[in-house]
Order: sequence, then structure tokens, then C-alpha cells
Amino acid sequence: MPAISREDVAHLAQLAHLEMSETELEKMTGELGVIVNAIKSVSEAAGDDVPATSHPLPLVNVMREDVVGQTLTQDEALLNAPDAEDGRFKVPAILEGE
Amino acid sequence: MNEIIKLSAADLAAKLRDGSVTSTQAVQAHLDRIAAVDGGDRGVHAFLHLNAEEALAVAAEVDAIRAAGGAEAEALHPLAGVPIAIKDLIVTKGQPTTAGSRFLEGWMSPYDATVIEKIRAAKLPMLGKTNLDEFAMGSSTEHSAFGDTRNPWDLDRIPGGSGGGSAAAVAAFEAPLALGTDTGGSIRQPGAVTGTVGVKPTYGGVSRYGAIAMASSLDQIGPVTRTVLDSALLHELIGGHDPKDSTSIDQPVPELAAAAAQGASGDLTGVRVGVIRELQGEGYDAGVQARFDESLELLRSAGAEIVEVSCPNFEYALGAYYLIMPSEVSSNLAKFDGVRYGNRVLPTEGPMTIERVMGATRSAGFGDEVKRRIILGTYALSAGYYDAYYGSAQKVRTLIQRDFEAAFAQADVLVSPTSPVVAFPLGSKLDDPLAMYLNDVATIPANLAGIPGITVPGGLSENLPVGIQFLAPAHEDARLYRAGAALEKLLEDRWGGPLINQAPELAESSKEGVA
Repeated sequence: MPAISREDVAHLAQLAHLEMSETELEKMTGELGVIVNAIKSVSEAAGDDVPATSHPLPLVNVMREDVVGQTLTQDEALLNAPDAEDGRFKVPAILEGE
Repeated sequence: MNEIIKLSAADLAAKLRDGSVTSTQAVQAHLDRIAAVDGGDRGVHAFLHLNAEEALAVAAEVDAIRAAGGAEAEALHPLAGVPIAIKDLIVTKGQPTTAGSRFLEGWMSPYDATVIEKIRAAKLPMLGKTNLDEFAMGSSTEHSAFGDTRNPWDLDRIPGGSGGGSAAAVAAFEAPLALGTDTGGSIRQPGAVTGTVGVKPTYGGVSRYGAIAMASSLDQIGPVTRTVLDSALLHELIGGHDPKDSTSIDQPVPELAAAAAQGASGDLTGVRVGVIRELQGEGYDAGVQARFDESLELLRSAGAEIVEVSCPNFEYALGAYYLIMPSEVSSNLAKFDGVRYGNRVLPTEGPMTIERVMGATRSAGFGDEVKRRIILGTYALSAGYYDAYYGSAQKVRTLIQRDFEAAFAQADVLVSPTSPVVAFPLGSKLDDPLAMYLNDVATIPANLAGIPGITVPGGLSENLPVGIQFLAPAHEDARLYRAGAALEKLLEDRWGGPLINQAPELAESSKEGVA
């Protein structure tokens, strides 16, 4: 498995919407290298015949009647919004240049 | 020190019922204790927020109902009027919920978690919200954005994490009860290093609705207390099915307090206790190992049959956990984008698009450990690595479950040290994430398998508490309470009282207390 590079970390940070400085990227690359090295043996632990477990206990999908329950009011939903207008969340431009 | 605060929750509840103590007196005694030892530079700093006004109002309500007598007094929950502290990962109306993060500083939840609704219905006064590692990510509470919590046994040491605030509050007699959350050991490891009791219930045994999600397939809310019986009583209160949590178990809560009472006889005749070979020895402090070995001898003397079991795949548990947990973290924390809530931060230069606002907001709002786990999870889930990392980790999860299945074929409960080490000095592992992760090596397997676990005080090493962990099969939480209460009774007979009585007296750290 290839070592994790500074470019990898920069790309991952972009995917995860985390702005990181050069110093942060450098530090994170070193730390992730150590962590990934310590846990990579996991990929050799199980053979192809072992099924994956996503969830600790066996579960089936839970269904219910489509009845309206208690919901937040518009005011409650907007209470913590950094910015709101006319009963909606307000955000900066979605697309660059518009 | 006011003697009220030394009482267990069960004993305090009995005094509230017989009228020898009022709930108002009990709440005030704990608020006074918090004011005396929690604030200031050398305070415990277990609390991030105090809820004094509401707590006293609930106490007064309980006192009035009791004074009036009649059917309403009869119908009060047995723990009505007993104060409780809440880990600040659990959302509460009327009190801020921060998750220990700058991102949510000042955020007021518009709804209560299900466990909070149950606590309100039972009329337990809530003293306030307790400190934690940011979004519950850590083993020392040092990753909180709002300062360290100190271990009441030694103020220069960590109280464990992520629920260091709840454990320290209970250990420092600032509250008889607290709530925690346990994703990889965040209830049990702080319990171990503060000489208190903590339980991670079976996955789904307690509703997670309103616990800010870290890793949804691993998270579980549970009790934090000073005695095994108190944990059982609180567990019975908060447990049970919740239609708002699709992973919640649709079965009645087991009889837990009865199991604790049975265990308190100190008799374990016929109980098979499995010692996990892989969770001892190398990497475990000599003092931790010594206290563990002594506990085994006591269990044997109480009639338990001690058998050795092997869980060979546990060597991969830490690795699997540090792939599965961050993967779920990277997904769960994507919602913190500064659009609907949270403290929005604008980029200082360049185009002002929503993507850049999200980047700046998350960069400013999250601390280093949270960023580390988001990046690690994004890596484990990314194209080309998914099968090798996340996929393999899920297979290891199956192997861990099989190990437990085989072990429980030979034993009713399993036992191990809870933490390989005692509380370490503040700051000593902050620059070494991997060393920090190793603190949870004995607690993580239970989360991966969804099974319940308890930690009980096992004695001291270097004058610091050691925890003993019991594990039981899924849905068999009652076995933990029986075994835990038995060991508690046997050890307390030897010590001449609870271990916590050996903790040093805390000096008054502040006259003002916390804000």
C-alpha cells in the first residue's frame, strides 16, 4: 500500500471541506502516515470468505404508518441559523461568479 | 463537606422518600460543591454549563409533590429529586449544547434527546452539562475546545475521555449520577481512571436520539455513577425502545437493579468468568495487572469458575476501529457546514462561495483531532482504498464477533482490565495520537460487537484508580450488574468502604465557581 502523501492529504481536505494551511497539511501528513502504518494490517486479517458486518446487531428496516408527528416550527428550525431571511436559510453564492 | 453529597443515588433517593432530606437540599448541596471545587485555575472543571435555576425548580416541584402526599407522590419515580449531570454531547432544551466544540458554541437545541425526556418525566434535576473531548473524540478530555478537566485523584492528570467531565463530576461528589456516551470506551475508560462505575449498554439498549452522532454503528448512551446499583437504576430509567431511533431494541429493559442486588450478596457460585488472554500482559501497567489478578482471586473465592478464553482477532480490533469510526465520523460530521446552525466563518480572501464558506467554517470550528479523524475517514472511504480499508475493517468486525461468540460459549461473562494504564499527566500524550488511541485497546472490541460492558473500581496503582471491566453477550446486561456488584462488594469488604473514600480531599479552588 502506498504511503500517504502531502498531495493526498490536500485532496482529502478539499473533499471534506476543510481549509488547511501548508503547516497543517505537513503535520497531518506525518501523523496520518504513522496511524495508517499502525492499522494497515487490518487489510490482511480476513480472507475473502469472511462476510462484512456493518452493524453490531441484526436489524431489519423499521416501518411505520405515514402519520405526521411532532415537528419543529419554522421559527425553531431557523433559531440557530447563522443567517436567515423570509423564513429560509440564507447562504452566499452557490456558484462562483454569480 | 456536606454529607448529602457523599450518598449514593440509591441512598439519597431513600432519604428523599422518607423525608429526612429534601431534593432542594440535595441540589443545593451539589451546587455548593460545584462552586467550591469546579472553578478556578486548579478546579476540576467538570462542567461547561450550570443549570442551577431549573434544577432548583424541579427539586422544589418534587418536594412539593412529596409534601402533599397522595397518588401523585406515590407515582413519583424512585429517583425523583436525585440530581444528575449530562454529558454535553446530549442535546437539551433550555441549556446550550456544545459537544465540546467551538463550532457549536452557544447553540441551543430546539429539542430534547429521548434520554433527557425520560429524565424530565422522572423529575431528576439536571445540574448542568459536562466537559468532553470535542465531538467525543479522545481519551483524555484534552481535545475539548473549552479547557481541560482535571482528575479529582490528582489534579495534574487526565480524567479519561471522552466523558472525562461526567466521570470527574461523579468522582468529585459534584453529582451522584451522570450520563455518558461510549463509542470506543468513552464511558468505561474515564470510569476506570477516576475510580467510578460506568456502563456501556448493549447497542440499541438506550435510545441514541439526541446524542450528537460520532460513529452511529458504535455510539451508545449509558450511566456514569459511583456504585453498581446506581448505574443499574439509571440504566433502567434511560433504557427501552424508542420509535425515534431505528436501531433501538424493541424489547423490555432487563431487570438490572435486581441483578445488582443479587450480586451484592457476594456469591458467584456457578458463574463462569472468562479471562481474555489477549487483554492483559504486554502493554498493561504492572500495577494494573496486579489489581486485575487480585480481583480474579476474589471472584474465584466467591464461587466463580475462572476459565481462560482466547480472542485471537482482537489484535486487529484497534485498527478496524480506527477505520470504521473515522469513516462514520467523516459522514456524520458533514452536516456541520455552517448553513443551518453553527458558527459561520467567512474566508478572508478570494471568491465568497458557499463551498469556501464551508471550508473556512469547518477549519475554524473543528480542532485538530476532529480534522484528523475526518481526513482519515475520507481516506478510508475513498475510491481505490475502500475495499482494502473500510471493507477489510468490516470483515474484522465479523471476526471479533465470532471471537466473542466462541468466548461466551465457555463463559457467562468476560473480564479484563478496563484501561491498560492509570491516569496519565495532562499533556503527556497530546503530541502522539497513536499513543492516545491505545488507551482504548481493551474497551473497543465491545463496541465493534455491540455487546455491553461495565467498569468497576479495582483498587489503586501509584495511588491512582484501576478499573476492572466485565463484558456480557448482547441483551445480557443484567450479567454485568450481577458480576460487577459482586466484585464491588468483595473489594469494599477488603477496603472497609468504597474506593472513592480513599481519594484525596479537594481544596476549595474558587469562591465564584463556574459561569
